Amino acid sequence: MATMSKDEFLNNLPKVYGLYTGGFIVFIILMAILERLGVAAYTIGILFVIFTVVIYAVIGFISRTMQVDAYYVAGREVPPVFNGMATAADWMSGASFVALAGGIYFGGHGYLAFVVGWTGGYVLVNSLMAPYLRKFGCYTVPDFIGTRYGGNLARFVAVVILVVASFTYVTAQINASGTIAARALLIPFEVGVWFGLLGILLCSMLGGMRAVTWTQVAQYIVLIIAYLAPVIWMSNVQNFGIIPHFTYGDAVARIAELETLLGVGTAAGGDAPIGGVRILTNLHNDPGTGLASWKFVTLAFCMMAGTASLPHILMRYFTTPSVRDARKSVSWSLLFIFLLYFTAPALATLTKLQVLDPELATGIIGKSIEDVQALSWVQNWTAVNFLAIADFNSDGILQINEFFMRPDIVVLATPEIAGLPYVISGLVAAGGMAAAMSTADGLLLAIANALSHDLYYKIIDPNADTKKRLIVARVLLILIGAAAAFVASLRLTGILGAVAWAFGFAASGLFFPLVLGVWWKRANRAGAIAGMVFGFSAGTLYLYHVYFAGGTPWLGIDHLRFAMIGMPVSLVAMVAVSLMTAEPDAETQAMVDEVRDPTGKTILG
Amino acid sequence: MAEKSHQRAEHWRKTRRLTIWVLVLWVVFAFVVHWFAKDLNGASFLGFPLGYYFAVQGSLAIFVILIFGQNWIQDMIDEEAGLSD
Repeated sequence: MATMSKDEFLNNLPKVYGLYTGGFIVFIILMAILERLGVAAYTIGILFVIFTVVIYAVIGFISRTMQVDAYYVAGREVPPVFNGMATAADWMSGASFVALAGGIYFGGHGYLAFVVGWTGGYVLVNSLMAPYLRKFGCYTVPDFIGTRYGGNLARFVAVVILVVASFTYVTAQINASGTIAARALLIPFEVGVWFGLLGILLCSMLGGMRAVTWTQVAQYIVLIIAYLAPVIWMSNVQNFGIIPHFTYGDAVARIAELETLLGVGTAAGGDAPIGGVRILTNLHNDPGTGLASWKFVTLAFCMMAGTASLPHILMRYFTTPSVRDARKSVSWSLLFIFLLYFTAPALATLTKLQVLDPELATGIIGKSIEDVQALSWVQNWTAVNFLAIADFNSDGILQINEFFMRPDIVVLATPEIAGLPYVISGLVAAGGMAAAMSTADGLLLAIANALSHDLYYKIIDPNADTKKRLIVARVLLILIGAAAAFVASLRLTGILGAVAWAFGFAASGLFFPLVLGVWWKRANRAGAIAGMVFGFSAGTLYLYHVYFAGGTPWLGIDHLRFAMIGMPVSLVAMVAVSLMTAEPDAETQAMVDEVRDPTGKTILG
Repeated sequence: MAEKSHQRAEHWRKTRRLTIWVLVLWVVFAFVVHWFAKDLNGASFLGFPLGYYFAVQGSLAIFVILIFGQNWIQDMIDEEAGLSD
């Protein structure tokens, strides 16, 4: 890349990624041929994971840089469509890829609040944040807070919140990449975690944001093919329609019939024979009213506000050439994200139908337990304790409340349930790896950049030269990555709990200081600090109260929704303290006017 | 300078109005339709119960269209005010 001129490089991008996509499809076909020739399933799984991770590492290596602009904001030259793909990969985590469909399968309508929340948040990003932060020309999110409000304290508090939110999130991603690596490469989980971290660092260390951008584009292509291909193939094999997304309304109706017939949620059951597995008790489409509606909209709201406050997402919009391109790339981001999110419910519905419907060849409920235990997918997942069967009433027939499954396996097991070749399972493993790695990369970089740029360069040593700054940035990246991998290897939290908390931390502490920094000229330093400190503290204390101290959730606001407490506190504190203290000086107010103007030079030059 | 600040004030007024409209539509499709999901499920759309459809596709697609639409109008506002590159 160094030898190519900038324009030549940008003009070649569609061709390069077109070839890459074609190459990946050829690779899938090659793997399918190998499978036919009798190559063992685990070899194909290993090849899928190794091949894709090596490609990302190569892209990371050729994107290496020693320039500050390239390291922090990819040289601000990323075209909107590509930034859209990179953001989509940055955004869609191991949880979206692996756990979302399983969550819908088990959680029913209530869980769809995640689907609505994780897409609707982009309306806030586009309306309130991205174009203005791009105009500002900052390197990091605390850079905006520090410059808009002035003073090291505001900057420092923003760094602390960013680190807490992103670190919570990144351990979940490294956990996911470790799980997938462990399963595909047949190594222990603790080793898989460090393998995952190695891949993640290879993508980001040498080239910072520039390297992460171009690997994330590559990772998006892998993850979206890996998500869509099995669903569409399964749908065609099982006669659910050529493109299932528009035709699974019948399946929803059929599931409702079967739920009554099979007694979902009503049949008495026994205890799970092993930990982590569940029986299906929630109805597939039962929205409820009152408290259920409240819980749906509050969860969606917390996820949306979190989306608009998470630094690893916002910083992707610092990399576009102009304000207009930043906006454009938000619209592309959401379109690319939409492709996965509107597929997940289709996947959950069709997989559930295949398992429940006794009239389908794949159905297992109501069949004899002996026959079910002979199925290879049941055997594979039982062997690793992801699935369990218990004949509570000893009638030899599998009832709905005798079939236990871990929610995570819905995506991973779908190809096997539908009887697709193993090559598809290998592809899904590569997709899950891409999703977890790309998000982990973005998060690690967000943390390391905030510490190196805002804490080290802006607060500790403003005279550091470029070389020293970039070396510090890389050392921090490795240290934080290692710390995250260490925490992940302790397996403290499930994937989804930690992910939702990251949204809560970011929304409680950063949402209003960011929004009001652009939309309310009167907002000042004292107000912003109060908003961050009180919002973040209130949210965190409430989380402690309901999750760790065993307190009763107030109005159904549980640990997933603690931003419902943190955000109002943040808003009130910020407005009240701003109004009680002097208004910002004329220079700051002029800066806000400048930010609102999409043309001209960036504020930070 | 006075000319420029007038231009900017006008531009910001229109930008703010557009943003408010977008956020109103966002509230409707992010919260209101889901609050009434049970009632909407009485109706059917493309073979789906309507309330369910909004949660799995409808709201999502509307968000995508909303952002593309907002940016299209915002570009016009920028150009009209002479504030586009």
